[in-house]
Amino acid sequence: MKKTLSDMQPGEKGTVLSVSGDNTVQRRIRDMGIVRGTEIEVVRRAPFGDPVEFRLKGYNLSLRREEAACVSVEV
Amino acid sequence: MAGEKETVIRVALIGNPNVGKTAIFNNLTGSRQHVGNWPGVTVEKKTGRCTHREIEMEIVDLPGTYSLEADAIDERIARDYIIDEKPDVVVDIVDASNIERNLYLTLLLLELGANVVVALNKMDIAASKNYEFDIEELSLLLGVPVIPTVATTQSGMGELRDAILSAAVRREKHRKVTIGYSDDIEARIKEVEELILTDTYLANTYPPRWLAIKLLEKDESVMDRISSSPKRDQILEVTRRVEVNADTFAEERYRAIDRILHASLAGRRDHALTTSDLLDRVFLHKRLGIPVFLILMWATFQFAFTVSEPFMVMLERVFGWLGGLLGDPTTPLISLWADGICGGLGFVLVFIFPIMFLFIALAILEDSGYLPRAAFVMDRLMYRIGLHGRSFIPMLMGFGCNLPAIMATRSIGDEKDRLITILINPLMSCGARLPVYVLIAGALFGTYAGSAIFSMYVLGIVLAILMALLFRRFIPGLRGKPAPFIMELPPYARPAIKSVLLYMWSRAVVFLKKAGTILLGGALVLWFMASFPWGREIESSYAGILGHTLEPLLAPLGFDWMAAIALFFGFLAKEIVVETFGILYGVGGEDAITGAVAAHMTPVTGLAFMAFTLIYLPCLATLGMVKAETGSWKWTGFMVLYQLVLAYVVAGIIVLTGNLITGVL
Repeated sequence: MKKTLSDMQPGEKGTVLSVSGDNTVQRRIRDMGIVRGTEIEVVRRAPFGDPVEFRLKGYNLSLRREEAACVSVEV
Repeated sequence: MAGEKETVIRVALIGNPNVGKTAIFNNLTGSRQHVGNWPGVTVEKKTGRCTHREIEMEIVDLPGTYSLEADAIDERIARDYIIDEKPDVVVDIVDASNIERNLYLTLLLLELGANVVVALNKMDIAASKNYEFDIEELSLLLGVPVIPTVATTQSGMGELRDAILSAAVRREKHRKVTIGYSDDIEARIKEVEELILTDTYLANTYPPRWLAIKLLEKDESVMDRISSSPKRDQILEVTRRVEVNADTFAEERYRAIDRILHASLAGRRDHALTTSDLLDRVFLHKRLGIPVFLILMWATFQFAFTVSEPFMVMLERVFGWLGGLLGDPTTPLISLWADGICGGLGFVLVFIFPIMFLFIALAILEDSGYLPRAAFVMDRLMYRIGLHGRSFIPMLMGFGCNLPAIMATRSIGDEKDRLITILINPLMSCGARLPVYVLIAGALFGTYAGSAIFSMYVLGIVLAILMALLFRRFIPGLRGKPAPFIMELPPYARPAIKSVLLYMWSRAVVFLKKAGTILLGGALVLWFMASFPWGREIESSYAGILGHTLEPLLAPLGFDWMAAIALFFGFLAKEIVVETFGILYGVGGEDAITGAVAAHMTPVTGLAFMAFTLIYLPCLATLGMVKAETGSWKWTGFMVLYQLVLAYVVAGIIVLTGNLITGVL
């Protein structure tokens, strides 16, 4: 099933399909290792609900939901 | 030849954030460091020297970066340094325990044709994750030396120095190994590369393969670099024709990394639960996360401002004693010594203690890995008012002292986010304003004194939020949204005492340099205005004349010339306002001053005066640091201007509404 990273629940895993969004955000997300084929897991949301913590390529990354919405994944 | 004694080998350190780059830099250079700024920007530049086997090395610490694109300032500095300055050796520090993403930068450096030595750091943590590296294989596949290190225990430093020396001697222009892309893409690269090679200027200025790749990635800053080439149209024609972009290259690089690690690293398996994960279950817990955050912030605040206070008092006394050495200030020269130099330095230098204590605390929070988590916890709230999660700690520390708080904004990556945080920071009511509130509220508000004082803190916060929102909307250069929150949460680690102290000291030196120059100069100007023409009462000194001149301007707020002078001297340090009232009213002792204030002010003007003291200007030392940290007189001037106007407007509103209410009653 196709989703964006911001729709995923903590504990859910997926594989990245594509990254959209404005150039800077797209590039910075890509530089952190989120490219097509990357496996990514939602770890938790921050106490106030945003940002969200993810796990990929053996490390932990946080994105605001706004940025996470730029990443579409296959769950 | 690099082997001769006069030759200095130029080494650049580069790496992702949180890889232990600073620790390696400290290990290599020891105390032989110099901290400054990169030209034209406020990004910190650290250089150091070390001698190894009688050969001198100059080491430059490039900003921590994930990539080498040109649109982020840190990355542009790193990339331009490597392209334009062509260091003899680039040491790429790679976190062995987080190698997959770290190697991405390594591949970019190799593409750039840099003479790379890889320091494979944090080998101890990698070992605890059961990673088993085949170092030889990894070195073979990357085509560069790979040196395993543990920066925190100094392990591998000798080998690293040796590897730097031999790399500098070897200094190959063209490496034999290239990290290959798929055949299809390689064919495109070749096509563009051949076009580039026909333009001798381009071919000699940039690594041709790198340039070809960047053009195929459609990197705009690189497109600009070829704009004057006669081959430009032909090159652009090819890059337009093919359907590859930066995504394609990034994917292929990660695929290459996968291949490399497959052959050189065993033990990479599914993620096992680490101590760090367990700690985060508490520190970032839905309900516990915020109380834990508040406790840590409270402890940091107490450590920085309560623990440092006795030291401040002591230093002030030392300067008081030094000032008294020449006897009573009966001549201009003795007064220059006692009131100007010792008095001025006394009020300025004392800041060294909150700076030292705050940066010890912040270094511990940073090195332990909690600081990015604090930003993670607070980002939602800060984002609402147009700021970044990283802005919270500097704002909170402003309640202690605005000066180190403004220095602490360095941890905010985005320039706009940082500028706004600096500009609104003085609205956080610092500890030095409290004595003024206590005096005036105590004199005029009786049992409501506490509420009057509290209202000042609330007023400051409300104004800070309003200003942040206004700046985001209307000020060119600050407009737009906060920077995206794309941030690594590194594993927790035990902070090393040495690196904590070195960090604290580097911040202290920045301040001491300012204190000895611009701040002392400012204090002497204030002294001159208070003391000359010599032998007159303060009322007819230059400061007094200024106070009288300003009186008509301040009269609508109900402030007399004495209030004007008090505010003028409050610019040196806010707590001087209290003393100045004592001198002007010709009374000594707290009770007498309180009585005199009650006789000179109504509750309405008193409240307006408190608000004015909060807003009108940060103290001299803080303003000096604003100049240093923004690197701009324009923004410093903007701060002065907006705060003076805001202070006048807010005090005016208080007087107007106050008089209306009291009139009705």
